[in-house]
Formats: sequence, C-alpha cells, structure tokens
Amino acid sequence: MKDLRWQFEIKEKKRKNILPFLRQLLLYLLLAIYLFPFYLVVINAFKDRRAIISNPLGLVRPVKLTNFSAAFIKMNYWQGFWNSLVITALSVVLIAFFSSMTAYYFLRYQGRISKFLFFLMVASMLIPFQAIMIPLVRIYGSTFKLLDNKWILIYMYLGFGSSLSVFVYHGFMKSIAVELEEAALVDGCTRIQTFFKIVFPLLRPTTITLVVLNVLWIWNDFLLPSLVLISKTNRTLPLSTFYFHGTYTSDYGLLMAGLLLTIIPVIAFFILMQKHVISGMLQGAIK
Amino acid sequence: MVTEKGFCAKLKAFLIFAGPTTFVFFTVVIIPFLFGIYLSLTNWDGIAAAYRFIGWQNYLTVFQDQLFWKSFFLTLKYVFFTVVLVNVIAFVLAYLLTRGVKGENFLRAGFFVPNLIGGIVLGLIWHFVFSRVLVFIGKSLNLSFLSYSWLANPEKALWALVIVSVWQYSGYMMIIHIAGLVNIPKELIEAAIIDGASAGQRIRRIILPLMVPSFVVTLFLTLQRGFMVYDVNLALTDGGPFRSTELISMHVYKKAFLAQEYGIGQAQAFFLFIIVAAITLAQVYFSKKWEVEM
Repeated sequence: MKDLRWQFEIKEKKRKNILPFLRQLLLYLLLAIYLFPFYLVVINAFKDRRAIISNPLGLVRPVKLTNFSAAFIKMNYWQGFWNSLVITALSVVLIAFFSSMTAYYFLRYQGRISKFLFFLMVASMLIPFQAIMIPLVRIYGSTFKLLDNKWILIYMYLGFGSSLSVFVYHGFMKSIAVELEEAALVDGCTRIQTFFKIVFPLLRPTTITLVVLNVLWIWNDFLLPSLVLISKTNRTLPLSTFYFHGTYTSDYGLLMAGLLLTIIPVIAFFILMQKHVISGMLQGAIK
Repeated sequence: MVTEKGFCAKLKAFLIFAGPTTFVFFTVVIIPFLFGIYLSLTNWDGIAAAYRFIGWQNYLTVFQDQLFWKSFFLTLKYVFFTVVLVNVIAFVLAYLLTRGVKGENFLRAGFFVPNLIGGIVLGLIWHFVFSRVLVFIGKSLNLSFLSYSWLANPEKALWALVIVSVWQYSGYMMIIHIAGLVNIPKELIEAAIIDGASAGQRIRRIILPLMVPSFVVTLFLTLQRGFMVYDVNLALTDGGPFRSTELISMHVYKKAFLAQEYGIGQAQAFFLFIIVAAITLAQVYFSKKWEVEM
C-alpha cells in the first residue's frame, strides 16, 4: 500500500515537472524561429555568392572576412555611421533640452497661450508623417532651397519629436513639488537656474525614457532622411544600406555583411541599455 | 507660486522657455500641415512656379481613382491580418513568459529584438529569406508552395509582408501584454484556482477581461502602424509584383514624388490622416471609458 502511494507521488511529481519543461522547450523553439533570419544573415555574411546560391543554409569552411572589408568601402560605412551618429545624438539632446523647458513653461505659467499651444502639440500627434511630407519638401526644397543638409534634418527632428516629449515631460512634472522651486526662487535663483539646477535633474527617469525612444526612432528612420538628404556624403546608415542593396542586388554575401554591419550598433545599444529600452518602449506605447 | 510681473517679463519667460520649441514646431509641423491642405486644392505638379486653385477637384479624382481604392483595400486586408495575428501571438507569448520559465528575461529580450531594427533592414533581410532561403528549402524538400519566391507571386507577396510585420511587432506588443499580466492581482487567480476554475476558464473569465486596457493599447498601436507602414513595404516588395502590395503610404509617395501629381498625392495623404486620426481618437475614447469602469 505504502509503496503504491509512493509510486503515485513520484508520478505526480514527474507530471508536474514535465509541463514547465515542455513550455520551456516550446518557447526556446519559438525563439529560435524568431531569430533564424538573423542567423541566416550572420552565416551568409562570411560566404561568397556561389556558396550562398548552392546552399544558403550551410556553414562555411574557410571563414573569410572579405565581404566585410568590401562592404565597409562600398557602402561607405563610416560616413553613414558618422552621419547617423551626429544626427541622432544632436537631435535627441536638443529635443530633451527644449521640450523639458517648454513643458516646464506650460505647467508653471498656465494661461491661455500655454493651454492652446499644449493642446496643439498633443493634437498634432494625430498627424501621420505622410500627411506632411509633400508640403514639407515643397517648403524646404523648392521655396527655401534648404534640403540636402544635415542641420535642417536635425531641425525637423526637433519639430517632429517635440510634441511627444513635451507631453511626456508635462505628465511627469506634475508630480514634482512646487515648494522646492519656490525655495530656490526666494533664495535668489533666477527661473533658468531654478529649472536647470533643481527641476531638470529630477526629470532624469523621463529623460532616459525619451532618449531611448528618440534614439531608436531617429537612428532607424528612413522616409524623412530619404526626402531631405540627397547627396551620397550626407546619407545616414539606413539610407546607405538601402542604396547599397539597390546597387549590388545579387551579390548576397556582400549584402549580408552590409546588413550585419548596420544591425550591430543597434544591438550594442540594446545590450548596454536593455532595461531602459524595454521600459522606455513600454512607456512610449502607453503614454 | 511666484510669478513675474509685467508684460515684458512674461514675454521674456515665454521666449526663453517655450519660444524655440514653438517656433520649430510651427515651421515643421503646423505650417506644412496647413499648407498641405491648401496644396491639395491646387494643381501643382512639383515644378511649375505657377499653379492654380482648383477646389475639390483633386478629391474627386482620388475618389474615382481605381488604383487608389485598390491600394486602400489592400491596406485594409494587410492591416486586418497583421493586427489579429500580432495580438494573438503577442498575448500567447506574454502569457507563457509570465509563468516563471527559466531564462524569462533572456527570452523576452530575444523576442523583442526585431523591434530595435529599422523596417528597411528588416525588409532587406526577409527579402533574402523569401527569395533565396525559402526557395532553396522548397526545392530541396520538394515543397511546391515554397519552390518559387513568394515575392514574385502577386497572390502571395502580400502574405510575405504580413509575415514580416507580425514578426516585427509581436515582440513589442508582447512587452505591453506582459506589463498588463504582471499587474493582475495574484489573489484573484489564487481564488479562482481554489474555486476550481480550469486554466481555460481562468484565462477567459478573469485574465482576458482584466487585460482589456492592454489590448486597447496594442490594438490601436498595431492599427496605426499598419496604416502607416512604408519602410518594410519598400524594402521587401517595393509594391510589386504588379502593384499587388502597394499599400497606401507607398501609393501616396509614388503619386507625389514619382508621378509628380503633388496635389492629388496630398489629397490622398489627407485621406490617410483622417483614418489615422480617427483611430487614435477612438483609442483615447475607449481607454478613458474603460478606465472608469475598472
């Protein structure tokens, strides 16, 4: 009797152990399928065209780096990387700087103008970029001849990015106590000093969230830079990847190496800032 | 709160704090938007310096344009399947990944990876997968449905686009669902278990109703992105073969910048604006409504 019961308990235990195990197996299998395209990029980046056509799934024997060095030169990688870096970094910093100040103004100087402008910014988040792109090119291109210029692109990112950032900063700033600022003002700080010495440091979590959101958006953006940047030397990384692909359509090894080079910076950013990226994207979605 | 006295001081504060943002915002967003409405009422072709006001004619042309409607209905089909599949897959992943599996954080991060990468690169990767790898697999295993590239087949190219979009967004939506699932009080689930509710009943009767706010967010986010998709569309199929995957954003782009019919393109873009705005307003309405009920 006792034996039987003991056996039954073991069975029960096994059953309980096997379910989570199956679940885990299923999840890892799914993940493998999810990441399979990236795996294909990696293995084929080391092969030549003939090896890829004869078998895109096979692994290579002699690992060659020729594709990478060729892709580096042919897609003008450093130029693209540098342009992307400058545009992304400057835009993100400027957006954080000006949007936080604006949100502060809207909150501390409440009046008809603040209310109206804030409403306008929130409402403008309804406008898809496609509804603006044609007049934008018309105004900045044919009228002012300002296109094909990194700085004007940064200017545009500041314009397009400020609404969301002002909105998010505004929401977070409501929770900051006014008393702290009053104390600073009484002690003789000017408004600007009060803002930068007291308020801005308190906004740190929001700033990180917005920086992450804006970095991913601007770094990966294609449509706006494709309209604004025309000459080869101004291209950002997504643009040079795209045009590179158009030029070497069937040189697969070279293309895969180029794609891998484009992916690496974003993955590095993700690994460094993993927690911030996921929570940032979450807050950006719920806002 | 201490506030500045006098008009000059107030103006100075405005110019310092809100001035730059307001100026840039107006010159980049508001003025082009208003100018766009005006442009859609003219016959500008992109080059001519002179163009005239032609009233509603562009909108009439758009409504009679069969290619535009074709593109619009293709977009509806694409959006419908993408939204449904993304949400189902994202919820299932989130559910499985909130039950204490080993390596949970690693798995979550892994599913999230496609989201980090721009649509252009994702489209190019899948272009290779569809036109080379899957064809290779199909040929070597004698699977007829894979032995020709889906991207060259007008019947299947749209499905390729759906697959890539589902792959791209389900990790992101999974994160939103995970946040929702984690917030469900444990006591509720435990009480249900004690009362003898099966796993299926727990999902249907307790978890899904409590997840409505998360679903509002993911549904509308996927809807919005679906209607605005461009990058993946361009890199994967470029609208082809035979316009079988030319979704609405690409249609607008081609109308304006390739066919040089800017006025008509802008009228179509305005149509897209109305759809996206309606979706977003509906989201705000529904999330407010359900917030009160909770």
